[in-house]
Amino acid sequence: MKDKIIMLGNEAIARGVYEAGVKVSSAYPGTPSTEISENLAKYPEVYCEWAPNEKVALEVAIGASYSGVRSLACMKHVGLNVASDPLYTFAYTGVNGGSVIVVADDPGLASSQNEQDTRMIARSAHVPVLEPSDSMEAKEFTKFAFELSEKYDTPVILRTTTKLSHSQGIVELCDRVEVEDKVYERNVKKHVMMPGSAIGRHLVVEDRENRMAIDGEKFPVNKVELSDTKIGFITSGIPYLYVKEAFPNASVLKLGLVNPLPKKLIDDFMSKVEKVYVVEELEPVIEEQVKSWGYTVIGKEIFTKQGEYSANLIKNAILGVKSQCEDRATVPARPPILCPGCPHRSVFSVLNSLKIHAAGDIGCYTLGAVAPLNVIDTTVCMGASISTLHGIEKAKGKDYIKNWVAVIGDSTFLHTGINSLVNMVYNKSTGTVLILDNRTTGMTGHQEHAATGKTLKGEETYAIDLANLCSSIGVPNVITIDAFDVDGLKKTIKESVASDVLTVIIAKAPCALLKGNKFPYVCKAESDKCKKCGMCLKIGCPAITKQDDGTIKIDETMCNGCGLCINYCKFNAINKVER
Amino acid sequence: MKNLNIMVVGVGGQGTLLTSRIIGKTALNDGFDVKLSEVHGMAQRGGSVVTFVRFGEKVFEPVVEEGDVDVLIAFERLEALRYLHYLKKDGVLIVNDCRIDPMTVVTGVAKYPENILDEVSSKRKTVVIDGLDIAKKLGNSKVLNSVVLGASAKYIGFSEDEWLDVLTKTVPPKTIDINKQAFLAGKNGK
Repeated sequence: MKDKIIMLGNEAIARGVYEAGVKVSSAYPGTPSTEISENLAKYPEVYCEWAPNEKVALEVAIGASYSGVRSLACMKHVGLNVASDPLYTFAYTGVNGGSVIVVADDPGLASSQNEQDTRMIARSAHVPVLEPSDSMEAKEFTKFAFELSEKYDTPVILRTTTKLSHSQGIVELCDRVEVEDKVYERNVKKHVMMPGSAIGRHLVVEDRENRMAIDGEKFPVNKVELSDTKIGFITSGIPYLYVKEAFPNASVLKLGLVNPLPKKLIDDFMSKVEKVYVVEELEPVIEEQVKSWGYTVIGKEIFTKQGEYSANLIKNAILGVKSQCEDRATVPARPPILCPGCPHRSVFSVLNSLKIHAAGDIGCYTLGAVAPLNVIDTTVCMGASISTLHGIEKAKGKDYIKNWVAVIGDSTFLHTGINSLVNMVYNKSTGTVLILDNRTTGMTGHQEHAATGKTLKGEETYAIDLANLCSSIGVPNVITIDAFDVDGLKKTIKESVASDVLTVIIAKAPCALLKGNKFPYVCKAESDKCKKCGMCLKIGCPAITKQDDGTIKIDETMCNGCGLCINYCKFNAINKVER
Repeated sequence: MKNLNIMVVGVGGQGTLLTSRIIGKTALNDGFDVKLSEVHGMAQRGGSVVTFVRFGEKVFEPVVEEGDVDVLIAFERLEALRYLHYLKKDGVLIVNDCRIDPMTVVTGVAKYPENILDEVSSKRKTVVIDGLDIAKKLGNSKVLNSVVLGASAKYIGFSEDEWLDVLTKTVPPKTIDINKQAFLAGKNGK
């Protein structure tokens, strides 16, 4: 009997990659895609790595594919934007060894800056897309994606969403199939995309997409479930599960291939079912194509383009009823916050006290935008903090940014921040960039990166020195400082924003959640000394709360012992005590 | 059998994820179809965290709709109140008697509701446990989730052996004994 185990969607994808005989994988962490690489790293047969960004990751996968082995790149939806430059042309060159790109969309924005739909990019890049619905399919579709890739000579996208990536279901395991390496042959017409060869490849791309749209009818990833033909659904991915839950007796066309659409299958379904709904989260990608073929279907007229769906949402939209939830309590919101002992809090408390605006970036430090820290003014995409600040300076002059800094994490800096810093050096910026160096990729759950000295597989490697890197590209003033040195930070930041010299301040302290990173003491408040001034509450540490009498209390199980609060208590009412 | 729907809620970092995974594995070992839905990424950072576990003959949706939850396990009082409407009228709430102020309360924008335990008890069958106190008595506050799991076990089903078997295989090897003790203490309410 085959082993049956319960697996996270992302873990199942990793298993599928392993079983498919893949040899090389490259990725950059990003919720909800991160666990694919983390799980893949457990298989010694697969080389896998963290790349500094998704463009690099995809190019690594392309190289491996050209050389003749099966390869993988994985990323979150916005990562595909970074990797779209190689993606569009990879579609032209095609593959040698099969190559799959796993892209994880985030409808509902569990941990992202937008809700873009990968299927839109795939359509414009003419790359086929498979979309599984549960963990078992995630594994099987991954394997099928490699077969398709080789059969049709194209990269294939496996699209997942947060709910699939981060839900667990039962998976039956199979053995790994060792795939023989394809022979590498120099082929300028196919692999060197200069105009002369690309013109020809464009025709190949179009022909391939047309063939796949026809052949797709027979792909085992599509499923027709005909029952009550009065009402039917065309759907795919996670929304299929919601449809089954909401309308168990309806007819369903479940598409596993969502680009190009298997037209004949849809024609057939439309001819058999009276009223058809298209249920897809985010953009009306399937719906608009089906409508363009002259069919009447109901989709985004009643379903939202925002967020995640649910069985009730579908039921309510179709039946026009509102679910009754009379006893929902009104309670205070609990948004995510920086952890106790987070070094970002220390830096932000200083920026707040100096009334400095920060152009922000992607990472836990985005949480510095909200009360009580209120420091971050902008967040756009990976690396944008540095270039945004530069843009403000060029628009308004150097004096305008005397109360501005850019704030970026160590992993994000290496991702794309470095390019922006090169621009600052080249184009004579006078700004101040704060690199919050917490020695890890924090928000996605602690992944190694090029400056940590460890690889994805846990091997020792060279750790890029951020200070040397900044100096070597010509930043005239590079300062490294302990992120918990509040007085030092105050002085350094004040001086550097006032000066006309481009400065990088590397505020260093490991993430509070890294293993073994607890201080040997905890902070304790002495209520008789507490003057109820509330200064310690302004740093927004979740371990510190105000009691009914107005004095403060520090939760000892939550306190990490960083001692930041002590810096802000003028009355010595907080002390460190041994753990 | 009809699917059993379990919802585990708490504050990011309290161990709700591990608890759901243990429930899921135990159900799998018993031969059921199982689905779990988890929360990763930014929301985990001290935010309100929700996971679902569903098991039965065939499970489609990995989440549970409002009003359809059979067992609601809450690691914190405010979170119990926040999600109480997910619980069926005849469902049961297991709530860990713990208060963690959200930042909205710390900054004075909102007030932490009083008498939550009275309110939830008046609306649904409620079991209150002081998980942290039990865990501390055992000498490790980190086994809180095993205590809470123990207290919830009899409303979910499965034998004590089945639970302990999965617990043994899931927690770090050094902590097996104390987690077992914690589970039993939670189960017996001491």
